[in-house]
Amino acid sequence: MPFGNTHNEMKLKFTSEQEYPDLSKHNNHMAKVLTPAMYEGLRSKQTPSGFTLDDVIQTGIDNPGHPFIMTVGCVAGDEETYEVFKELLDPVIEDRHGGYKPSDKHKTDLNPDNLKGGDDLDPNYVLSSRVRTGRSVRGFCLPPHCSRGERRAVEKLSIEALASLSGDLNGKYYALKNMTDAEQQQLIDDHFLFDKPVSPLLLASGMGRDWPDARGIWHNDNKTFLVWVNEEDHLRVISMQKGGNMKEVFNRFCTGLTKIETLFKERGHAFMWNEHLGYVLTCPSNLGTGLRAGVHVKLPNMSKHAKFEDVLKRLRLQKRGTGGVDTAAVGGVFDISNADRLGFSEVELVQMMVDGIKLLIEMEKKLEKGQSIDDLIPAQK
Amino acid sequence: MASSFSRILSSRRHLGVLSLVGGSVTAGFLLHRDHVTAGTPVRRMYPASAEYPDLRQHNNCMASHLTPAIYAKLCDKATPNGYTLDQAIQTGVDNPGHPFIKTVGMVAGDEESYEVFADLLDPVIKERHNGYDPSTMKHPTDLDASKVQSGQFDERYVLSSRVRTGRSIRGLSLPPACTRAERREVERVVVDALSGLKDDLTGRYFSLTQMTDKEQQCLIDDHFLFDKPVSPLLTCAGMARDWPDARGIWHNNEKTFLIWVNEEDHTRVISMEKGGNMKRVFERFCRGLKEVERLIQERGWEFMWNERLGYVLTCPSNLGTGLRAGVHVKLPLLSKDPRLNKILDNLRLQKRGTGGVDTAAVGGVFDISNLDRLGHSEVQLVQTVVDGVNYLIECEKRLERGQDIKVPPPPKQFK
Repeated sequence: MPFGNTHNEMKLKFTSEQEYPDLSKHNNHMAKVLTPAMYEGLRSKQTPSGFTLDDVIQTGIDNPGHPFIMTVGCVAGDEETYEVFKELLDPVIEDRHGGYKPSDKHKTDLNPDNLKGGDDLDPNYVLSSRVRTGRSVRGFCLPPHCSRGERRAVEKLSIEALASLSGDLNGKYYALKNMTDAEQQQLIDDHFLFDKPVSPLLLASGMGRDWPDARGIWHNDNKTFLVWVNEEDHLRVISMQKGGNMKEVFNRFCTGLTKIETLFKERGHAFMWNEHLGYVLTCPSNLGTGLRAGVHVKLPNMSKHAKFEDVLKRLRLQKRGTGGVDTAAVGGVFDISNADRLGFSEVELVQMMVDGIKLLIEMEKKLEKGQSIDDLIPAQK
Repeated sequence: MASSFSRILSSRRHLGVLSLVGGSVTAGFLLHRDHVTAGTPVRRMYPASAEYPDLRQHNNCMASHLTPAIYAKLCDKATPNGYTLDQAIQTGVDNPGHPFIKTVGMVAGDEESYEVFADLLDPVIKERHNGYDPSTMKHPTDLDASKVQSGQFDERYVLSSRVRTGRSIRGLSLPPACTRAERREVERVVVDALSGLKDDLTGRYFSLTQMTDKEQQCLIDDHFLFDKPVSPLLTCAGMARDWPDARGIWHNNEKTFLIWVNEEDHTRVISMEKGGNMKRVFERFCRGLKEVERLIQERGWEFMWNERLGYVLTCPSNLGTGLRAGVHVKLPLLSKDPRLNKILDNLRLQKRGTGGVDTAAVGGVFDISNLDRLGHSEVQLVQTVVDGVNYLIECEKRLERGQDIKVPPPPKQFK
């Protein structure tokens, strides 16, 4: 909860043992890493805005997790969380991001010219292409912790910056609370509208507070560039279009993002970024690039192959249903995207995805003809 | 047991020595609003006007009374435990309400919330409790079950009888704000006291974290088991944190006296049985409550109570007696009569479906209970239910005979 922290001081009168959460049934990164000794060492700390250890871990306590899916189980309330609670978050980050060490440096590369190919994914298989990331505005608390005043200030800044975009990025902002029914229906039909979070993973961390105050959606007139304001992060930036021209999608993504960053800087605000963690976002799983680049692709035969999961793993890709995370695939159409976020640059991740999709389509074509794909199985990337 | 709790709370615990059954006048005096010291002021980066919630689409008691001026006055304050206005109103901000059902829209995080945020809570209480003004009125507490008259209903109509209330342990924060250690202490104190109950009140505690599947199924079959709250009214107030840690259910061997630990309140106390013997249900209720109170006082604890607000609970709607006395009653003919709602209103009763709040009636069977909680004693409210349900049964019988029924006159309001 924002700002007042007499509560944490009061809590310190109880012993660490009395306060330590029961994590015996839990399966998430936080529960794997947190120990009573660590809890004792960190419980008296707070970030300058008053975010405490219990604030960081509440979502992981309330959501024990799933035997098959390992959730993160902790969130950041501000940029400083990653520093003040590094004893907990560094191992969580290392676990979640394939061994990324506290001393590692993350490379940012938003130059679309560095992407090779990607404009030619077979449209008979690739239905749509999309790249998304998140950005946080430095100096403001993040969605789990921000006050209404802060959230509104982030919205105001975002509206001003986005209003300055022009050309094919000319667009309009729709505040969730002022939307007309007609606008709402249009945004739903375009698959742009985001709902109040229902996932207990998000609600337990406080991200749903004051809904729909200061939340909204901006998109360009062409409906190929979209920004969510104050959903799970300050900003989620999405570039998308039908078909397989991932290069064009990534071009627009990089151009748009860079323009937005410039517009924010002109108004005296930077994005949260550092050379160890890259772009800083609410969930530790989205650090680094915060980038998920993917396609909706038809793989009816490949998806039934015994080695499908293994191939995805080797290509560093993940599959989801076409409704996004935690949904099922429909009609053999999958959402395939990069699995990594941190430790690879944006260009590297999109390159891996593009190359991986090309290979999967090749495999699909072989299986259609009844041929074996054994000689196409790649090495682990 | 010399726990760190006894050291922390010693300044409040001396009140336990002075308290009497039914609450302590001394405690009431010492918790008078002037004597409550606030916690560290809340650190703010934005002026109150930038933080004031948007309540234009809202229909709840908090939204009706939280003016920008009151918000500005209270937003920098915190209770000694650090509970803030923003926390108290969060549930009302997040749940705009329903055009037909006016929810309260705020909660208390601790006993002191009712003092520190009185400028908002007093008008909310007044609206919710039919004009009861906490700044000027006193609430009567009366747990003498012998005073109830004609408490045996016609069992051709009344299927079951039930009385419930809540109790909070003074010195520990309430479910929206409590820490894990506090919640576990509530559990320890209550379970320890309950183990001292004897005779027909002898019973057993089932912790939610340690329940076996078999125990769980039995409790579900008995309709005793409570679930993790799903209602956003409760989850937005923070009551479901750390579930199911330190939550549990105690019941006596006869399954007629039941206590929920750390659900929406520290304790919810329920006396129930099949049939229409409301008098016996209430007698057991009062006896059990007094016995539990005696047992916790032996250990140096007491219930939150004061003479303005009666028993202090999480939701302002449950202040005073916290009492809901009700029956499941078959009124198939009356249920179709358009005058039913008016009759209930004037009898100061409310109807619910047989699944409890926000459920529908099935087969003409209603859950009928008292509307009021504050400003009337337990005995008065149970008598209201007894008299009212008897009146409804009379109406049903008259309709069976083809006779007409009358809408009773409305009762007096608080001035």
